[in-house]
Amino acid sequence: MPTHTFKLNGQQVSVDVEDDVHLLWVIRDLLKVTGPKYGCGINVCKACTSHINGKAFNPCSVQVKDIQPTDEVTTIEGLADTAPGGGLHPMQDAWIEKDVAQCGYCQPGQIMAAVAKVKQCKAEGRDVDDDAIEELRNICRCGTYNRIREAIKAGAENM
Amino acid sequence: MPNHRATTTREKPPREHSRRFGQSDLSRRRFLGYVVAGTSLIAAAEFTRESISDSVPNASAAAIPSTPQTPEIYDLSDAIRDAARPTANLIRVKVNRDNTVSFALPRSDNGQGIITSTQMIIAEEMNLDPDQVIVTLADARPELVFNQLTGGSTTTFSTYTPIRVAAAIAAGRLLDAAAAEMGQDKAVLTSRAGTITDTAGKALSFGDLTAKAAAPVTQAVQVALKDREKFTIIGKPRTKSDARDMVTGKKKFTTDLQIADALPTILCRAPDLNGYPRSVQNLDQVRTMPGITDVVKVEGGVAVRGNTYGQCIDAVNALKVTWANGTVHGADDASVLKELRAAELPLAAPKGPGSLEGDFVFYFRSNSSLETNCAIADVKANSATIWGPAKSPIAAQAEIAKKLGMPQNAVTFHVMQGGGSFGRKLFFDAAEEAALVSKAMGKPVKLMWSRSDDSRQGRVHPMATCRIRANVTADAVTSFEIRHTSVATEGNPGLSEPITAAANKAPLGNLGVAESLFELTQFTPYNFGASTRFLNEVDMGFNTSSMRNIYSPDVATARELMVDQIAAKLGTDPYVFRSEFAKQARFKAVLDRAAQEGDWGKSMADGTAQGIAMHVEYKGCAVCIVELDCTPATVNRKIRQARTGPRVTKVTYVVDAGLIINPRGYEAQMMGGINDGLAMTLTSSLHLDDGHFVEASWDNYFYTRQWNTPPEMNIVIMDSDAPEPGGAGEFGVAATCGAIACAYARATGKIPTYFPLDHKDPLPFTPYPTSPPIPPSPTNGLQTTF
Ligand code: FES
Ligand code: FES
Repeated sequence: MPTHTFKLNGQQVSVDVEDDVHLLWVIRDLLKVTGPKYGCGINVCKACTSHINGKAFNPCSVQVKDIQPTDEVTTIEGLADTAPGGGLHPMQDAWIEKDVAQCGYCQPGQIMAAVAKVKQCKAEGRDVDDDAIEELRNICRCGTYNRIREAIKAGAENM
Repeated sequence: MPNHRATTTREKPPREHSRRFGQSDLSRRRFLGYVVAGTSLIAAAEFTRESISDSVPNASAAAIPSTPQTPEIYDLSDAIRDAARPTANLIRVKVNRDNTVSFALPRSDNGQGIITSTQMIIAEEMNLDPDQVIVTLADARPELVFNQLTGGSTTTFSTYTPIRVAAAIAAGRLLDAAAAEMGQDKAVLTSRAGTITDTAGKALSFGDLTAKAAAPVTQAVQVALKDREKFTIIGKPRTKSDARDMVTGKKKFTTDLQIADALPTILCRAPDLNGYPRSVQNLDQVRTMPGITDVVKVEGGVAVRGNTYGQCIDAVNALKVTWANGTVHGADDASVLKELRAAELPLAAPKGPGSLEGDFVFYFRSNSSLETNCAIADVKANSATIWGPAKSPIAAQAEIAKKLGMPQNAVTFHVMQGGGSFGRKLFFDAAEEAALVSKAMGKPVKLMWSRSDDSRQGRVHPMATCRIRANVTADAVTSFEIRHTSVATEGNPGLSEPITAAANKAPLGNLGVAESLFELTQFTPYNFGASTRFLNEVDMGFNTSSMRNIYSPDVATARELMVDQIAAKLGTDPYVFRSEFAKQARFKAVLDRAAQEGDWGKSMADGTAQGIAMHVEYKGCAVCIVELDCTPATVNRKIRQARTGPRVTKVTYVVDAGLIINPRGYEAQMMGGINDGLAMTLTSSLHLDDGHFVEASWDNYFYTRQWNTPPEMNIVIMDSDAPEPGGAGEFGVAATCGAIACAYARATGKIPTYFPLDHKDPLPFTPYPTSPPIPPSPTNGLQTTF
């Protein structure tokens, strides 16, 4: 069985698994990092959203063989470490401040997508406004969308 | 897009002291509870009988609850002869040596925030900080029978008083112990944040006192509860206690648990709804696939266990199975509608020139949560352990024990926090299945439904028709009749508790339960003369359950559309009409507030309109005003793999829901309900075709997304004099549905006759095949980064 190695939340990890297994399962089932959630497995619900080299991606739709040893994968568990200071990432703080989460199942994906969207807007010189937020496809079946909007705008100010 | 305004909640102004203050102090109700024998202080209350007396004068007017006293009428040392029995059905508040208080909540939290509100209730009564209260979810406790059900938005309503009783008893005992310890009159002591202090500043903590306050034998005691006027925690907005865990990935859902050897397990299911396997052609071959450990044919399909879910999915899709037909083989929307039509009950009041009639169809909707059905099961020869979200764990425990051929107490059910419920987790399909699969494999399993199964084979909100006839004179409504005809909603195993869960399986057994539920919950809040509401249900073999209520959203949609028509016939504005015909002053107050907050009657551009609707349930009243944009530019906007259509641009939601424990949590529940209302009315439905549901995932089933949600949402929680909390979880939906439907009719001039509005539009997707059952994961995820 091939060995695959990559950086996960700042640590180099190795795992013996077939090439075609999708990264979400490698992370959750084999490496036991369970922040990214399964909600569809087909790149639709965005519950599994994590970052690869700082960009949002959906590990349910990437095979482990396509990940390079130098690739840096960040899940919600590693997000705080990507921000300066010893606390949480400003987006996580905003999420708590606005009391966004209901069941919480979608929220790791929501936050990871939000951080990437804000970075993208800033890089492109766009406002983080409702139009930008409406590009986010993450489902929240508990219907917390309106607080998510507030939190993204608040978090963006501190990023 | 209009100016966007952030969501706002008006925080409650400090309550005015009521004039009844002094008087109510004298006649404070006293409640019966217990101090349970132990080495630490454990105070308890019964869930069923909460009050023994309504008018025993309160001995002390101090802020602190008066000392519990052993009632002469009830000597528990006699009763204790009956060993375990007297305390078996108690809920208990325990004071720990580390200065915390713990409580196991016999309810399930799937995002409603009831853990947080329970912390607040206990903290209030004991003058603690809510953080000092540790609330966990109780394992299944059969002795609680009716009382371990989470459903119908009843949690806070039914647990509020018993929890307070137990907490008040604990607070009183601690104070007594401190007084004895300090040699002081307890009237001079103050209790704050788990420390009791005397006037000289000497202090003892709850942790120091718990052993001294403990009871050597169980005693019954009476207690008065804290006056509402003295509340400092209840009614103040509070962030969820697990907010941090939820944003850091620490919160554990069922499939996140690491239980030794409980490997990922998925079922291969039939193309037909509820089809089952006759034979499998390639069991042995699939067993050798990479990562796969077990493949076994079971009742509902073929179970595959492996190292990763991904490998299980590949194996499921490789199976060659011969399937038996399902329970609705060959059926489709039209054939179900035909059966419903045939079962419709007649309207009684004669049709005349003043009659207005409406006839509405509501299609199937999925109550799938984002976390799919899941459970971990470890079945051994003589015992079983289950982990899973369950709103009715006692019924689950009983049913699983029966299926496994074990006594009920051989099954341990650990209730997990669920990733959403909305009615789905009133049932325990996954737990039952996991138990059977674990038994068949002889190994622990972590069973999860695939999204496509959850959508296609999971429970649905039943399809229904709702017919209404109103007889209207020049200035009055003389009759208002509702006939709701629905695909049967499966008897709720918790609501009707384990005994009737079995009875419900008998033919027609469910009818009585459903009919009484309809009659208990459906209420026409207007003075409309002879008002009748009847339900008829047809059992057609669907897997059904509520979805943030069963009947109310649909009935409210139909009713409020008719109310608008009556108003039009009488030449009255929809708001003014509702206000004039509202049955109670309380409803009128909510209507008036909503009209003011929502700027009712403001001028709206062509193709856009306001809509208003009222709904009364859960001991509360809600009024919703929406603004709906039906202009072609909005309706036809294009978003990949999405439904667009008419857009709700603003929602004003005003609710009087009785006593509110946590306004921030309550607002969140309304917000979720409003977004559900949008989905139910505009975009979300399942299409039945050839015996199966077409929609397999979120790119087929269009639940509200960011591009649908209202840019402006104003939720107003009105101050209420009601002494107890009403319902929350479902109360945001019905009024929203009604208001959107009415706004649509006003914006377009067309009264809709079916819901959701886009149900008959061409499908904006190509359906996934039903066989193989699970759409394979794409591999191009690195091309969609941002
Ligand atoms: S699980 Fe990855 S997008 Fe849904
Ligand atoms: S918080 Fe439950 S799905 Fe978003």
